[in-house]
Amino acid sequence: MKPSTLTSTTRPGLREAAHLKPGFIAALLHRLSGVALAVFLPMHFIALGTALSGANALDSFLSVTHSPLVKIAEWGLVSALAVHMALGLRVLAIEWFSFRGHTAGVVAGAIAAGLAVGLLFLLSGW
Amino acid sequence: MTSTSQNGRPAAAQAEETLRVRVWRGQADGAFEDFAVPRRASQTVLDVVTEIQRAQDPTLSYRFACRVGMCGSCAMVVNGRPRWTCRTRVSEALDGDILVLEPLRNLPIVKDLTVDMVPFFEKWRGAHGAFEPGEAPPADFAPVRPDSPKRKAADAGVECINCGVCYSACDVVAWNKDYLGPAALNRAWTLVNDERDRGNAARLAAVSGDVGCHSCHSHMSCTEFCPKDLAPTYAIAGLKRATAPSPLGRLLALLVKS
Repeated sequence: MKPSTLTSTTRPGLREAAHLKPGFIAALLHRLSGVALAVFLPMHFIALGTALSGANALDSFLSVTHSPLVKIAEWGLVSALAVHMALGLRVLAIEWFSFRGHTAGVVAGAIAAGLAVGLLFLLSGW
Repeated sequence: MTSTSQNGRPAAAQAEETLRVRVWRGQADGAFEDFAVPRRASQTVLDVVTEIQRAQDPTLSYRFACRVGMCGSCAMVVNGRPRWTCRTRVSEALDGDILVLEPLRNLPIVKDLTVDMVPFFEKWRGAHGAFEPGEAPPADFAPVRPDSPKRKAADAGVECINCGVCYSACDVVAWNKDYLGPAALNRAWTLVNDERDRGNAARLAAVSGDVGCHSCHSHMSCTEFCPKDLAPTYAIAGLKRATAPSPLGRLLALLVKS
């Protein structure tokens, strides 16, 4: 049996050896949610800063936050914050307390807990 | 009565089956080459590679020695997973009907499925992976109780045979070529817990730099893929605690020990 000619030059192992594993997904979500929070914080401080111009300025800004679009954005932020915290607690548990659990289950649980907090926020706000 | 093979299929029918095998050829700028190999009962991935080299293409390069999971030299990436080929049956590694065999990633390719392990062992040295006996070893006797926490911590990682599977699986090594990697850091942690060792000050300094334990992102691929079921993630976490700079870190390290 003679071999065929040379085929693809793309090595799937370079892409798949570790990626899309639960630990990788957890780290990715942890960082993306962290970036989202970092982007949000300056806007948050600007919003609070409007209070320096008086109650009316703050109230007029807060009225914008009642729009559905802003509510959805807030839901995303709360979810990101909760997911970030849950995944951060997972890292702390591993690194400081040698917590050993089934990675896929723990990561799924942390993400689910974060999203559940987001849903609670939705339920309480609307 | 028809004779059957170990996996229950008629032996005659199985002998006619062929396996599609896609093998990396050349160096980093190489390409895959397709082979067809007869499917056999209880066939390991190493059997497949050996059959290709002996029956089809003697120029295929790969590395193996013991064939029984003791030396760790036959590690390759099989269908995306780094693993020992001698201890991997084709049936458990198959993705559809194809085997894709690549050299370990994160190491320079010498040729085909053979990688250069020199950078791997340089990292081992970089993490002060050699035992430091002190100036007068015979006089420096250290009783080590088998049930002591330090002995247990050393035991947890001491069976590493440096096959490079964890190093291949590590994303941080892929991103930062200077990162010491799971195997070297795991080794350092076993020595940190070795009561007899006298080189821990330099070792902890070496493993806590920019390319050391604090760069680990806890993806846990090393722990997931280790063929010996070791857990380098926790060894690295131990080094993180041992080198934590703050009083809070030292307090937490004490809490974990107690």
